[in-house]
Amino acid sequence: MADVKLAMVVQNPQYKGETPRLGITHAISYQTVEVLLEDGETITPTLCFVDKGVLGITKNQKAMEAYGITSTEGHLKNALLVDLDVLVCKEDLARYGIAEDQLVDAAEMGADKSIQVVPYSEIQKAISNAKHVLFF
Amino acid sequence: MGVLTIGCFPGLVGSAVYDFTLKLCDAAAAKGHKVNLWFSGNAAGSVKAHQKHLKDYSTGEKHLTALLEKGVEICTCEACSLARGVTKADAIPGVQWNAMHWYLAKIYSTDRLLHIGGE
Repeated sequence: MADVKLAMVVQNPQYKGETPRLGITHAISYQTVEVLLEDGETITPTLCFVDKGVLGITKNQKAMEAYGITSTEGHLKNALLVDLDVLVCKEDLARYGIAEDQLVDAAEMGADKSIQVVPYSEIQKAISNAKHVLFF
Repeated sequence: MGVLTIGCFPGLVGSAVYDFTLKLCDAAAAKGHKVNLWFSGNAAGSVKAHQKHLKDYSTGEKHLTALLEKGVEICTCEACSLARGVTKADAIPGVQWNAMHWYLAKIYSTDRLLHIGGE
């Protein structure tokens, strides 16, 4: 009867490979893990984007038109809709010239959570607080 | 003895990481540890049965079968495997098929996690 905290850290850009997207989908799957656990057992991931991982998490993606696949934007909206904490490194956003208002948002879909732009020190805290860390 | 869970994402061919992962599973199982192995991404293509072992390439099937016989639980991401044209009927018998929450559930009770990413 306990909660296990995970830090899932995406450090590679979306669309360059499959793994960064798998970071998002693995995090979202915490919503259904209870079917395989006992009552009271929970998993709580924090999804973190650092380094080149901050690339490809902006609005207005056209992945279906370009590649014929669902977009990272859609997956991120789903992550927010299922109340995942999504942290994005403020320093890395600045390094790549990405403004906070360019990031994916799911407010129009009714999500209570938004992407949190935080200093790297906050991401370090999430990593420190996690029992396990997974890099994507 | 402890519980070791490994998430493996690299593919069978083109990376020595996959080979390393299977050898590590074998060593841990031989020491008496409980081992869970999750395949996602390109690693999910490696559960196809009837692999031909050409000496220039790694082979997974022989080692996966041996690990299953030693009690290692192996599960592939169903969507990742299907996307690579591998169906359950084509797969190595004994490999489980499930979704990503299988991996998270194993992580819940594991003593140590090795998440071996792809690319």
